[in-house]
Amino acid sequence: MTGRERRAALSAGIFLAPALVLIAVFFFLPVLAALLLSFTDFDLYALGDLNRLRFVGFANYLQLLQSPLFWTALGNTFYFVLAGGPLSVAISLGAALLVNARLTRFSGFFRAAFFLPVVTTLVAVAVVWRYLYHPRHGLLNYGLSLLGIDPIDWLGDPDWAMPAIILMAVWKNFGFNMIIFIAGLQNIPPQLYEAARIDGANAWRRFRHITLPLLGPTFLFVALMTMIGYFQVFAEPYVMTQGGPANRTLSVVLLMYEEGFRWWNMGYASAAAFVLFALILAGTVLQLRLRGRESP
Amino acid sequence: MGALKGDFKALTLTATIAITLPCMSPPIRLLLATLLILGFSNCGSPANQTVVVEFWAMGQEGEQVKALLPEFERRHPGLRVRVQQIPWSAAHEKLLTAYAGNAMPDLFQLGNTWIPEFVALRAVEPLDARLQAWPADALADYFPGILATNRLDGRTYALPWYVDTRLFFYRTDLLAAAGFAELPTTWEEWVRAMSQLKARAGPERHAILLPINEWQLPVILALQRGATLLRDHDQYGNFQEPRFREAFDFYLSLFERKLAPSVGNHQVANLYQEFANGAFAVYVSGPWNIGEFGRRLPMATQPHWNTAPLPGFDAEPGRSLAGGASLALSRTSPRREAAWKLLEFLAEPEQQARFYQLTGDLPARQSAWADPALAGNRYAEAFRRQLQQVRATPAIPEWERIANQLAYHAERAIRRQVSADEALAALDRDVDRILEKRRWLLSQGLRP
Repeated sequence: MTGRERRAALSAGIFLAPALVLIAVFFFLPVLAALLLSFTDFDLYALGDLNRLRFVGFANYLQLLQSPLFWTALGNTFYFVLAGGPLSVAISLGAALLVNARLTRFSGFFRAAFFLPVVTTLVAVAVVWRYLYHPRHGLLNYGLSLLGIDPIDWLGDPDWAMPAIILMAVWKNFGFNMIIFIAGLQNIPPQLYEAARIDGANAWRRFRHITLPLLGPTFLFVALMTMIGYFQVFAEPYVMTQGGPANRTLSVVLLMYEEGFRWWNMGYASAAAFVLFALILAGTVLQLRLRGRESP
Repeated sequence: MGALKGDFKALTLTATIAITLPCMSPPIRLLLATLLILGFSNCGSPANQTVVVEFWAMGQEGEQVKALLPEFERRHPGLRVRVQQIPWSAAHEKLLTAYAGNAMPDLFQLGNTWIPEFVALRAVEPLDARLQAWPADALADYFPGILATNRLDGRTYALPWYVDTRLFFYRTDLLAAAGFAELPTTWEEWVRAMSQLKARAGPERHAILLPINEWQLPVILALQRGATLLRDHDQYGNFQEPRFREAFDFYLSLFERKLAPSVGNHQVANLYQEFANGAFAVYVSGPWNIGEFGRRLPMATQPHWNTAPLPGFDAEPGRSLAGGASLALSRTSPRREAAWKLLEFLAEPEQQARFYQLTGDLPARQSAWADPALAGNRYAEAFRRQLQQVRATPAIPEWERIANQLAYHAERAIRRQVSADEALAALDRDVDRILEKRRWLLSQGLRP
């Protein structure tokens, strides 16, 4: 390294240091501490007196994998991710295409309207949706009754509670992905569409062979962010159902919250957090691999 | 270990900022943060002329208690009370987090089943020395079974504020039509009455509603039968022992004979409406429903319901659970003296009676029941009798988890997903695992 390079590295280090220190102290240290905790039986007793803390190795993880409740929560979380994720992406894309279409008037208005749920507080939204879902006085069941369909106890029926939560979550979140899709759509050069039209390609083929391939990177980003966000589903069931009825909307993060803050089993809750982290990591790697193979 | 505690303190700040990390979901942030706030100490406020007592109370109690405080502040000019109202649903978490963050109030309300937990945390101040100054008969004025839940290992850690137990709410007209003037006092007669009710009700309706995801009734029946629930100093589950087994079989038979529907409480759309239209004639609940039934049942049903104590096994009096809420002092508070004055004030029979008028919560002191408002309430008399016959659940911090497990396994047995034998064996296994830490502590000679 020459003197100039060394000086450059030094000044780069100085400029980076504040950010690095912040990240290390406020992110990596807490994560590391939580990882350590997941190998202890930190609980109420240990909270009162640290002499009552034990290192238990992988016992929390083993116990987690043997717990039926954890598998229930995991099943519910996958239900939410696999049903809600694709639905959310599809609706965002549909909304983006509609808003971005040349024939659409007031597209600015629709863009803002669809984005509005994203920036509203979830708790306030959940209260409104609870009214919509009310079995007797809810707007949704009123609409169904006009179609001659019997009322559904949206949040009280074990089979309907999760679909109801998914519906609300998708409505709340699709606007964000829509904005990203719009940005992706606007990056596609219009000449490509013109050329395809001259060659006689209809709307579907233009969508299939121009829009979709060129949206590839956007798709990957949206799918990943949606998956990561949906795996961490918490606030929706926490506010709407508290995990009920019959644990049918209990998510992994909600379970973690209950273990950690209701029963104060911090060690066990930390283990649940890291299992979820491993799952999200695996899901991300899998998606990157799949996309990597697709693109030329 | 001391060094470890110091490290925790140093990490405190890191954790609080982790809250602002946008890429994590709120509970993960909260988890990371509170894990590390353990050593956080708050600086003592400078001594002032007026002492402000921080008092946390839950739900409507937190709202209504404010009406009592002007009198307290008039009597103690140097003291002011700041009431923090906490919703019941978040109260337990909030108190634990406050303890972890060293931000406990001076005086706080807590469910009396939480007392063992806060004693295990060393979070509450024993009151025995202060109670010495009380007149000799003052403690005897409390319902003995309720006061017992506030005592652990011979020490008094809290005082009951208001009391709560479970008993029958029933339809007098349906019972009379079934040929019974009032609800029987033994299991056998009780089942006979319910069979009559069921016979008249038909296949769609039931004699009694016992939500299958609740643990209270199977535990009450087991306590009535004389089961101990746990064994060897509460170190192991004792759910396969004959007396528990017998009570459990009796409980299951109520569903097998279709006296009670196999539904959880989330499947009951409108309890009050269904009680009014006779979907069930008997319901086991607590004092809060005196007010709710009065408000929510239609006028036509109002003259036709009452409350009654629970029946017992054989000739035994029917026992129920010792519930309610207590008041405790924080052990670390520098204002314990002032907080104790407030606790004493709230424990006075006159204030207890006024509190009943404000909230409908039943007073913990029996002399307060002489108040005309309470003496004239025809639904309260059954509670007064039942409160003489209450038992505490095991006084260990793990109890609530154990009760949750019990409800889970009982529900599976009622739904016939498992046999009664399998359910109780699985329950014992789960409970033994929950109690593992307690066994370890006792084996190490550490006080749990």
